[in-house]
Amino acid sequence: MKMDMSQYLDVFLEESKEHLGSLNHKLLDLEKNTDDISALNEIFRAAHTLKGMSSTMGFEDLADLTHHMENVLTDLKEGMLAVDSSVVDILFQCFDRMQLLIDQIESTNSGKMDNSDLVAVLENINTGKSEAASISDNASKEAEENSSSAGVNFVDDNSFDFNQYDITVLKEAISRGFRIYYIIIEVDKGCLMKAVRAFMVFRALEEDSEIIKAVPPAQEIEDGAFEGEFELFITSQVNLPDIENRLSNISEVRVKEIREIDLSSITARKVSIAASTKAAGINNKLEQLEPKKTQKSKQTVRVDIDRLDNLMNLVGELVMHKGRLEQIGANNKIGELNETIEQIDRISTDLQAVVMKVRMVPIEQVFNRFPRMVRDLAKDLKKDVEFLIEGKETELDRTVIDEIGDPLVHLLRNAIDHGLESPQIREQNGKPQQGTLILRARHEGNNVYIEVEDDGAGINTARVLEKAVEKGIIDSREAEQMSQEEAIELLFSSGFSTAQSISDLSGRGVGLDVVKSKIESLSGEIFVDSTLGKGTKFRIKLPLTLAIIQALMIAVRDEIYAVPLSSVDETTLINKNDIKMVQNQEVIMLRGTVLPLFRLKSLLSIPGNDSEEQEMYVVVVRKAEKQIGLVVDTLIGQQEIVIKSLGKILSGIPGLAGAIVAGDGNVRLILDIVTLF
Amino acid sequence: MEIASNLHFQGSYSEDNEVQVVAFSLGQEEYAVDIMYVLEINRLLNITRVPRAEKHIEGVVNLRGNIIPIINLYTRFNINASENEEDKRIIVFQLDDMRVGIIVDQVSEVLRLSKNDIEETDKVYSAQNVDHIKGIAKVNNRLLLLLDLFKIMQ
Repeated sequence: MKMDMSQYLDVFLEESKEHLGSLNHKLLDLEKNTDDISALNEIFRAAHTLKGMSSTMGFEDLADLTHHMENVLTDLKEGMLAVDSSVVDILFQCFDRMQLLIDQIESTNSGKMDNSDLVAVLENINTGKSEAASISDNASKEAEENSSSAGVNFVDDNSFDFNQYDITVLKEAISRGFRIYYIIIEVDKGCLMKAVRAFMVFRALEEDSEIIKAVPPAQEIEDGAFEGEFELFITSQVNLPDIENRLSNISEVRVKEIREIDLSSITARKVSIAASTKAAGINNKLEQLEPKKTQKSKQTVRVDIDRLDNLMNLVGELVMHKGRLEQIGANNKIGELNETIEQIDRISTDLQAVVMKVRMVPIEQVFNRFPRMVRDLAKDLKKDVEFLIEGKETELDRTVIDEIGDPLVHLLRNAIDHGLESPQIREQNGKPQQGTLILRARHEGNNVYIEVEDDGAGINTARVLEKAVEKGIIDSREAEQMSQEEAIELLFSSGFSTAQSISDLSGRGVGLDVVKSKIESLSGEIFVDSTLGKGTKFRIKLPLTLAIIQALMIAVRDEIYAVPLSSVDETTLINKNDIKMVQNQEVIMLRGTVLPLFRLKSLLSIPGNDSEEQEMYVVVVRKAEKQIGLVVDTLIGQQEIVIKSLGKILSGIPGLAGAIVAGDGNVRLILDIVTLF
Repeated sequence: MEIASNLHFQGSYSEDNEVQVVAFSLGQEEYAVDIMYVLEINRLLNITRVPRAEKHIEGVVNLRGNIIPIINLYTRFNINASENEEDKRIIVFQLDDMRVGIIVDQVSEVLRLSKNDIEETDKVYSAQNVDHIKGIAKVNNRLLLLLDLFKIMQ
């Protein structure tokens, strides 16, 4: 009977995507450094897990493909096969196919796909070296496996793992002159008390030896949960015959095999097999591996984002009611209450911070898919690119993470396609052949900056202007007057693409204008720094979170509004007499620049009457690159606010970005400066 | 939406052909809505005006941390609101994934109506635009106008 697996489908999809991500990631590492055993192990592990998961879920085609891939990986690991670009390419192809399969499973729930082409290629690789495999005798094969032990499989099947701790113990033992023995104990078929016999074996050994590993695990052996025989690894100073002797005195037990394992000789052999490796002792090897092995996977729970939003709502409400409690305490002067309120205050602040933290995801999630993309792109375009990622641990709100991927893809493509020159041209211009592309993320205050920087040709503003005139975005007279910055700004106008030829990659009609609007929809901004001949840097500034922002609370007549602080440049007090009329528009001179003034009460037709004061408050806000003055009655102050949606019925009202629940329980609206005017 | 409004009064029909409604008054008229859609009935909360919204949107309120839009049926139906602020209530509905409230002069009671007592609207009114009225129920000497909430939302 087949179990219904559909309930696990989501988990399966999520996890397989994650595994695929790490496969791609680690294969890139391996391609860069073919000796990177830990990367290879990581690939092997991920592939193995994927195989298991997909066959459990009944996606046989995926399992089959992974299985064949695993064979090749095993050969790589055992040194039967060298890591070269052809193998890497094939593996990448496999990963792509797997991605395709998983996408298909996600959309149609069917895991059917013909992979015979890839399977044939994989099998070819596999048989191509199989003669070599058969030449090496069993013992040396086992030895090899032992050597690659740095945390991997041991002995004939995959059930035996030496972990980091074991390796340290082994190393330690060897350095103190201990020997390592590998023993297979066979228990008579007719034996009624396997557990007792096993226990006697253990006791006999433990007199002066230490059991490092047992297959099956020692606990199971002591419970008698094994079939006929079990395997042990021990460290001891005793001679081999002594141990054998001691064991053979136990009745109903036979030593099937006992052998000393010499780690250093094994290592030497391994090195000679892996051609490119430099001669190195086991100790160096292990030490080199240790730091890489320390990345332990964190324990995590998958949570529906809706639940987090719910939690956020509840916390928001708690904070709000805390505010009211404070008010009551202050009004009634209840001293006793104050202490409790302070406690609640502390807890709710912490709670809020924790909930916010939960929503934060390292940008790694997005960044991880780029190395692969950059590699493929560079290969296609015949460019030599060194791709560096910095600050991938930078955390961003989940909602931002989900949206930022596409704009970054676009910028990276642009950089490789238009930014970086071909190796020949770079050489002619006295630059290193290999171009550098840096993707960088970092925190700064309440913002996250993401930068895409290349050391390519830079933006040719003359060419940009020429093109803009050609496309009819500006006329030639305007072009002449434009500054460098203004010209670069043109890149973001719709329907603009500077690519000389329309390549497969960029220039497909989706331009930087889309990138810009996407980033603006995330309340972010994008800047460009470019030096002709030196390179280009795109800087994206994003708020840490979209759920909680800093806002300036303002009042007009009886109504209170919140203005996101990110769009406020400054506030100022002006005199009524300084207001001038220019083309029916109120303006004021602010430090030499003309600032158009808008009165919020007329913009939002706020009801009520008031006498015009001689002085009035102006909030200087920024819309695109222009400054606008917003005339308000009162500045209430700066406040951290939890943004809530206005809901379906009220969505899309120009000038409103959402609502908040204020400390007094009333709803206040958040102004959207971009659409307000 | 069409299907949804057809189902409107089927939701809480019990087997004996009854429907439970909440009856309320707007000005001089009595209305009723299917109780299945009623989330809660509240005293008047502080309503925040939403500038630039359609004119039948009274504003938004905070209902335990949720922002709920409030619809003003007086302007929508051209009715004069009662002077008595004390009895005014907000009825909050859950329509699919949407929550919305209406202001009423007074909530009178919860009633069981027999389907036989409900008359299709088009038999009563003919020329008028009464899209949002699902039917008219006769209870003793009272006439209850059954509101089609989905039509009101459109």
